[in-house]
Amino acid sequence: MSQYVLRRLLIAIPSLLGISAVLFFVLALAPGDPFSELATNPNVPPEVQAALRARFGLDDPIYLRYLHWLFAMAHGDWGFSFVSRMDVDRLILQRLPATLYVIGSAQVLALLIAIPVGVYAATKPYSLFDQIANTLAFIGFSLPTFFTGLLFILIFSVTLDWLPFVYTTDIKATGIHYVLEMIRQAIMPVAVLGLFQAASMTRFVRSAMLDVIRLDYVTTARAKGLGQAKVIVKHVMRNAMIPVVTLIALQMPAVFGGALVTEQIFRIPGIGSLLISSILSNDTPVVMAVTFVFACLVVLFNLIADVLYGWLDPRISLR
Amino acid sequence: MAPLLEIKGLKTHFSTDDGILQAVDGVDITINKGETLCVVGESGCGKTVTAMSILKLIAMPPGRIAAGEIIFEGRDLVPLTSSQLDEIRAKEIGFIFQEPMTSLNPVLTVGEQIAESLRRHENVTRKQALERTIEMLKLVQIPNAEGRVHNYPHQFSGGMRQRVMIAMALACKPKLIIADEPTTALDVTIQAQILDLLQDMKERFGMAVMLITHAMGVVAETAQRVVVMYAGKVVEEAGVDALFADPRHPYTQGLIRSIPRIDLDSEHKTRLEAIGGSVPILINPPVGCRFAPRCKFAMNVCTAKEPLLREIAPGHRMACHLGDPQLGGAA
Repeated sequence: MSQYVLRRLLIAIPSLLGISAVLFFVLALAPGDPFSELATNPNVPPEVQAALRARFGLDDPIYLRYLHWLFAMAHGDWGFSFVSRMDVDRLILQRLPATLYVIGSAQVLALLIAIPVGVYAATKPYSLFDQIANTLAFIGFSLPTFFTGLLFILIFSVTLDWLPFVYTTDIKATGIHYVLEMIRQAIMPVAVLGLFQAASMTRFVRSAMLDVIRLDYVTTARAKGLGQAKVIVKHVMRNAMIPVVTLIALQMPAVFGGALVTEQIFRIPGIGSLLISSILSNDTPVVMAVTFVFACLVVLFNLIADVLYGWLDPRISLR
Repeated sequence: MAPLLEIKGLKTHFSTDDGILQAVDGVDITINKGETLCVVGESGCGKTVTAMSILKLIAMPPGRIAAGEIIFEGRDLVPLTSSQLDEIRAKEIGFIFQEPMTSLNPVLTVGEQIAESLRRHENVTRKQALERTIEMLKLVQIPNAEGRVHNYPHQFSGGMRQRVMIAMALACKPKLIIADEPTTALDVTIQAQILDLLQDMKERFGMAVMLITHAMGVVAETAQRVVVMYAGKVVEEAGVDALFADPRHPYTQGLIRSIPRIDLDSEHKTRLEAIGGSVPILINPPVGCRFAPRCKFAMNVCTAKEPLLREIAPGHRMACHLGDPQLGGAA
């Protein structure tokens, strides 16, 4: 098993190299670079601009710049953000906790809704409960998060004034008040993201359950007199969860992508809003680093999906 | 002596988009303690649904027991709820299914799947259940039972899986085993082994066996009594010797003539006979005898009036107008 993981990680290296190269060249195609602001600043003489560009190697051929970036990256030097005036790795580490907190809570919420609802709906297909759950799920994933997010803000912040609509990392409170405030400000983004995830996940859990529930071995389990609850949990769910777990793991990168929008709406100072502001301000080192982190996450979660698959299904042996 | 299981006038219907499908339409079957009863008939004639109805293992809905009684040891099972039936499932009546490849849960070890039945019905610890499970695997002649108990179903061949299924069905020593075409999915040499094993187990534990099959060869080898079903109804019932020596219903005769014979010398060899046509779809079944459209002896009365089961010799009953004294037809 550990050998398998190690081999997969080694295979990941060339693919990450490829991804980083594509990212780098695409970003190089984009108009502007970190110094484009200097070009429009009349206070900086042209020869100073040229000297700075030469010093940072901005006019080197693109492959040289890529190799330069790669070499620095391999040495743990993620670059310097000209906009924030700090190292990129520190900047990302500063922004990451907020993102992980919101996305993590949203995923937990989504699972807590999707699994019980999906399982129960599948045990009583076409019942009233199932139809209501299906309808809500359909509405849930039809509404984009930027719409529900604004709706939530309008209702709970503007009209009712129950929840803050700007997420801050410097809450001026200590102890229990700090915790409560952290929870209060996370409610809306977590609900918006979590419910959206839960909607599609519920339908997936339901259909995975229905696929298994009519199989022969479920009848065998019933013939043993195990009782409905045990048959469902031990025999149906255990098998239905194999594709569900894989899907969730594979969806994680997309979840991070979806969080970009949510972070923007609720002004969460997370990694997603960092990416967007960096793109807008031509802060190439940050854009490069954040997209590369996302690429690593995709590779990592693919690996996690495969390992979970092998762990859940004894028919698959990882060699 | 009261029979172990008595099915009286069982009707199991399924609602479909096209109407009510009368899969089982008034079946009477009796099984005595310790006997082997074979239920034969073509695919789609209601054998499996009859068996599954006994423990309500059919999908409900769309399935429904529309009428009838299923009396097991003096107690009617039809009005029982699923959780009441759970006390009887595996404990009193064990089931062996047709497809050993798909009837075992792929993500649980075979040991776990046998043991869970023991732990459900008998007051045993995890360790005792494991010991009993190994014992059962040895009984069904699985080599290296101590090691194999921790294997998953995909690590077993089809025949071995069917042995596991038998061990599972027998684990709680039920009084009745219902085996639904236990050998259909296996190759011929394994079939004989599995039937021998089943016979062995039956003698060892003194249980009754209800063996569902469409192979007349299996019937001849194992049964004491035979029930022939056609299109959701019983058409003939007799002791195995009487049935093979003197089959009375044209359908039974057809089934027996469709067995390949190797014992005839070349002069007597004829082309193997088949019954033309197929089982009717049981939504709005034909009036009168359901076999009439395929029967070469069909008379006018056959499509007008349904033949009822009548006793033609002690222990030999059939449902056909042929030779009915009340109709004055020729035997």
